[in-house]
Amino acid sequence: MNALLTSIGYSSWILPALLIIPIVGAAVIWLLGARRSRPSGDEVASGVASAPRLIALVTFAVEFVVSLGLWWSFDPASAAWQSVVDLAWIPSWGIRFTIGVDGIAVMMVLLTTFIMLLSVGGSWTSIRARAHSYYALLLILTTGMIGVFLALDLFLFYVMWEVMLIPMYFIIGIWGGDRRIYASLKFFIYTMVGSLLMLVAIIYLGLAARNPATGIASFGYDDILQNARVTSTAAKWLFGAFFLAFAVKVPMFPFHTWLPDAHVEAPTAGSVVLASIMLKLGTFGFLRLAVPLFPTAAMDPTIRGLILGLAVVGIVYGALVSLVQPDFKKLVAYSSVSHLGFVMLGIFALTVQSVQGALMVMINHGISTGALFLLVGMIYERRHTRLIDAYGGIARVVPMFAAALTIVTFSSIGVPGTNGFVGEFLVLIGAFRTQPILTFIATTAVIISAAYLLWAIQRILFNPLDKPENEHIPDLNRRELAIMVPIVAAIIWLGVYPAPVLRRMEGAAEKFVGSVDARRNMLMRGVAEGRR
Amino acid sequence: MLSLLQAATAGAHPLTGTIAEWVWLVPLLPLLGFIFNGALSLASAYHPGPGDPALDAGDHSHHTHPTPEEHGAAGDDTHAVARHRFATVTSMVGSGVLILSFLLSAAIFFAMRGAGEITAPFVQRYFSWMPVGDLRVDAALQLDQLSMMMTLVVTGVGALIHLFSVGYMQDDPGYPRYFAYLNLFVFFMLLLVLGGNYPLLFIGWEGVGLCSYLLIGFWFSEKANADAGKKAFIVNRIGDFGFLIAMFMIFANMRTLDFTGVQEGAASLPVGGTLVTAICLFLFLGCIGKSAQIPLYVWLPDAMAGPTPVSALIHAATMVTAGVYLIARSSMLFSIAPVAQIVVVVIGALTAIFAASIGLKQWDIKKVLAYSTVSQLGYMFIGVGSGAYVTGLFHLVTHAFFKALLFLGSGSVIFAMHRAYHHSGNHDDAQDMRNMGGLKQYMPVTFGLMWIATLAIAGIPPLSGFFSKDEILGALFARAGHSTIASAHLFGIPGSAWLYFAYLLGLIAAFMTAVYMTRMMIYTFHGPNRTGQKERGHLAEAPWIMTGPLVVLGVLTAIGGWINLPDFAPLGVVGALEHWLDPVLGAPTAHVIAGAGETSASLEYGLVGLAVLIAAGGIALAWTRLEPDTLVPKREAPQEEGFEKVLVNKYYVDEIYDETIVQPVIGISRGLLWRGIDVGLIDGLGVNGSAYFTRFVGWVGSQLQSGQLGTYAWVLVAGVLAVLGAFSIR
Amino acid sequence: MLAEALFFSAVLFTIGVFGVLIRRNAIIVFMCVELMLNAVNLTFVAFAQAYGAAGQVFVFFVMTVAAAEAAVGLAIIIALFRHRQTVNLQNINLLKG
Repeated sequence: MNALLTSIGYSSWILPALLIIPIVGAAVIWLLGARRSRPSGDEVASGVASAPRLIALVTFAVEFVVSLGLWWSFDPASAAWQSVVDLAWIPSWGIRFTIGVDGIAVMMVLLTTFIMLLSVGGSWTSIRARAHSYYALLLILTTGMIGVFLALDLFLFYVMWEVMLIPMYFIIGIWGGDRRIYASLKFFIYTMVGSLLMLVAIIYLGLAARNPATGIASFGYDDILQNARVTSTAAKWLFGAFFLAFAVKVPMFPFHTWLPDAHVEAPTAGSVVLASIMLKLGTFGFLRLAVPLFPTAAMDPTIRGLILGLAVVGIVYGALVSLVQPDFKKLVAYSSVSHLGFVMLGIFALTVQSVQGALMVMINHGISTGALFLLVGMIYERRHTRLIDAYGGIARVVPMFAAALTIVTFSSIGVPGTNGFVGEFLVLIGAFRTQPILTFIATTAVIISAAYLLWAIQRILFNPLDKPENEHIPDLNRRELAIMVPIVAAIIWLGVYPAPVLRRMEGAAEKFVGSVDARRNMLMRGVAEGRR
Repeated sequence: MLSLLQAATAGAHPLTGTIAEWVWLVPLLPLLGFIFNGALSLASAYHPGPGDPALDAGDHSHHTHPTPEEHGAAGDDTHAVARHRFATVTSMVGSGVLILSFLLSAAIFFAMRGAGEITAPFVQRYFSWMPVGDLRVDAALQLDQLSMMMTLVVTGVGALIHLFSVGYMQDDPGYPRYFAYLNLFVFFMLLLVLGGNYPLLFIGWEGVGLCSYLLIGFWFSEKANADAGKKAFIVNRIGDFGFLIAMFMIFANMRTLDFTGVQEGAASLPVGGTLVTAICLFLFLGCIGKSAQIPLYVWLPDAMAGPTPVSALIHAATMVTAGVYLIARSSMLFSIAPVAQIVVVVIGALTAIFAASIGLKQWDIKKVLAYSTVSQLGYMFIGVGSGAYVTGLFHLVTHAFFKALLFLGSGSVIFAMHRAYHHSGNHDDAQDMRNMGGLKQYMPVTFGLMWIATLAIAGIPPLSGFFSKDEILGALFARAGHSTIASAHLFGIPGSAWLYFAYLLGLIAAFMTAVYMTRMMIYTFHGPNRTGQKERGHLAEAPWIMTGPLVVLGVLTAIGGWINLPDFAPLGVVGALEHWLDPVLGAPTAHVIAGAGETSASLEYGLVGLAVLIAAGGIALAWTRLEPDTLVPKREAPQEEGFEKVLVNKYYVDEIYDETIVQPVIGISRGLLWRGIDVGLIDGLGVNGSAYFTRFVGWVGSQLQSGQLGTYAWVLVAGVLAVLGAFSIR
Repeated sequence: MLAEALFFSAVLFTIGVFGVLIRRNAIIVFMCVELMLNAVNLTFVAFAQAYGAAGQVFVFFVMTVAAAEAAVGLAIIIALFRHRQTVNLQNINLLKG
């Protein structure tokens, strides 16, 4: 397979292709669809939606298939950036268009293309108005997200970061639930506040890394890593700026309150993308930018302790609040806060096991929580309510749905044999070596997560079938089954045989842990104050 | 694939190249059974919905008369519906894989016996499961004498129970789903006992918990059943929390999680040190959850909501014994942590007596057996906790035989009662002993076999239960006199005092056991029949597919004691099991009892005699004092009073837990965390608050724009004067 | 001579400023604005007397601008009167907000 890929020069064009394909798809949809859309009317029933959604499906399928090559073309043994494309963009400001991947980025890109393909399937019949705009926005969103994972130039990173926000804002605001305007505004402004501070920090860094001979700033990632000269107090402030931007995205307690509203009000695919991918961008930001650029600030005992404390608080708090939610989507939203707390714990505990575990949790959470939102969307299309108490005993009526929901629930709880266990186990066993007490507290979340999810699915699937409106719900149709099968397969595969995935991310994880340690040691050996 | 497996064996071992190489097939067969039966179950219940769910508004035609499969994939406790159309193939595959698995295990067992002296375990590594840094967790199976013994028990008793289920569940609409879950359970249990490292054991550990959840809540349309399943899983999870912490500690200090690696690492740990004690206590927390000891036993009686064969397999013979197996497997750690061992023994003893006391006053036949199981598990923990690992495991094996027999027997009784009630349309409780009575004339075979089991559990020689229970108490007594445990101290009290205390509790619990088991037999089989005129004619022995396994278990219960006879036995091989398990458990056992002399023969006979006396006394007491003639059927039964009421309500432990733990957690989460902090503080004050503040500032600003030209003019003049003044002053 | 003229124009200017600030009728306000402009003119002429003809040139500029401004301003006031039936400045707050 590798030979085939090298023969077509895969590595050289794959990354730009991943960015361009969705844009081309979006353009095609807009051009074709804008004329046929009417302001009102059911586009799915009348067939107007068929063209946009089909084009979107084909585009995402092509994107996914094309991205699969990264699985084989990526060389886990090499520590350098791979498939790099480096073009001049705005030379006078030192901004270049540089994109490349390491192990983490590869897995995130694959997760993105996989989830986006499934989310188109999930929106097939639930988006019934202005479909062409919707699918076009999904495509542009994809470019933004993949761009963030690929960017190796900080300015490009920021541009892509902002590119993601606007389609999401529209998706929530136009096709969302009852409180969609409030939710989308809250999401946009909350995220923007953090990002603006990050912009200031990026500009500062770019200037700090300027070429002393020419005076031109440089925003390249490796450049800044090597050359930027920042005082240690400035480093703390810069880290704080990055921290705020990413902490809102993760979301860390107490910056998480945008998430329940955004998730509940967003349409199905919006929630899926938000949970599966966009939350990972926050943790990815920590892994790629915040910590490697400012290791001393990040590992400063007070700051690190604060972040770890917030992570563990998030884990337990998110789980406890999930327990009492009447709305199933909100329950899943708060459970995301809990799961992402594990990721933060893994990253800042700083052992190879905990970092690899954090990466696995990122992937696994993307799959299982995305699946949960897809399932909620399916049942919502049938009954138009997300309240748990409106259901009860429906496993009798929709057995395939019940089976899927049960399997995904067990993945989310972290039952061994499913993917959820591998990530959580690695995070906890790694974190225990450096933070035993915090890990002890975090492990109690396994009890609470079982409680809230099992209680929720019991009230939905089991118990007596006492409401007449639930007696005739149709089961999953073939399209929905086709969406769930790959997810269940992924859940089991990653639970039983995660080794290939772990191997690909190993290099990046070890580099992360090693570089932070190395930089800290370098500074502790008394390098002069003026150098980072 | 096959070459990969065969090349995966490590080194030259006496078992290399024998049938033992096929050990991976033992768990794989039930897994295949699960996949097959699960596919059947889903395929028969699934009706694809329409492409556009929103337009489904009118088309309900295919749902107005759900077929039996649809009901059944759905957890209705609607018996006497027609047999599932896949019932035959399900029965064959479901039981077949178990029987094949057992036969293969037996073959491997004989290969092991024939291979001579096996001192090291036979480990097969298949692939790398979680390789991260210095953590190397492989998918590896470890075959040694201990895992072989457990495998035989699991597959053997499992096969018998599968056969029983073919008859018991024959009218259940969810037939393939049942066998799928049961097969999956056996797969996980085999992973548990065959796994070569702690994480793989943990997969089995949680996996059996998962299957227990699915099977307890099998008839999920009843809220009580679904609740029971959920309760079982969550309470188990509390134990799993302990297990996880123990694993983290082991890895943090020994850098390995393989059993062989931990064995080596344990040798260098300080005896009685805090680390190893902590590890053992957390492992024991896992056992408390999984094996239903105080304080986490509360899920087991509720688990009786599941089908009776499930109770027999999972909650008597296998899953609950996983904790005992774990301690035996970790014997190298427990043997050097005497304080932890004291804790294990004391909790085991307390559980034994506590549960036995509740069993004295239960009316549901399955609840009696459930509390009996909790109590007998206490005995097993007394055994392994006191360092007499073989003895504890011996009781595990004999208990598997007679408890499975008791549960399956009660299953036959319940089956007959259900049949009888169905004929007359009665909805009374088919499991309540007050509705039974005098069944010996209708079900003589079951009656006879259950008496054998009752005598065994009470400890009457020469049945198996006598040997195992007597050995536990004898070993405990010996170690109370002289052992590393006796020399240790817990809360300032010497270990020997704790152990003698536990011995006393064990004797009292043995007495109670005899009493409540005899009571159960009397109320169920003896005395007049209270079932009712109309039903009486339909009470009959169960079909042979159900009674057959009972007979096999009866034989095993009777002669099972021969696998580990004590030295005062007049004939037979002494200590066969002990000899078999010696390579694995000999060293840890010897470490604990190091230096003790042989118990004198007279003392031994005295203790044995005392145990038999107590058992016989209990039976006699129950026989003479209980009057089944005065019982009335459940619906007319009077309310209990006084201490009896406390016992019937199981000391109100569930209610206490609910009031002190569950409700406060939910209350605090809802009131303080969600509404208080999240909605009120963070969202209200922080997010929306800052939004209000911003708009407020804007409002203040907008007040300046009054539209009054006069004001504007004043401000203009004032500004000009100020600027001029500033310039002139400077 | 210069000082007296400047003092005189300062007084006129101040009267004009107070008139703008205090008077309610828009036309009176305009008249006061004209007064201010003429006071400035006086200042220019006084300085021209002392320092050269450039000051008198400025007077022409100012007068022209005053005339244009008066024309436009009175037109605005008439439009305002048609709209609001009043030229009382305290009642007109169309610029509010």
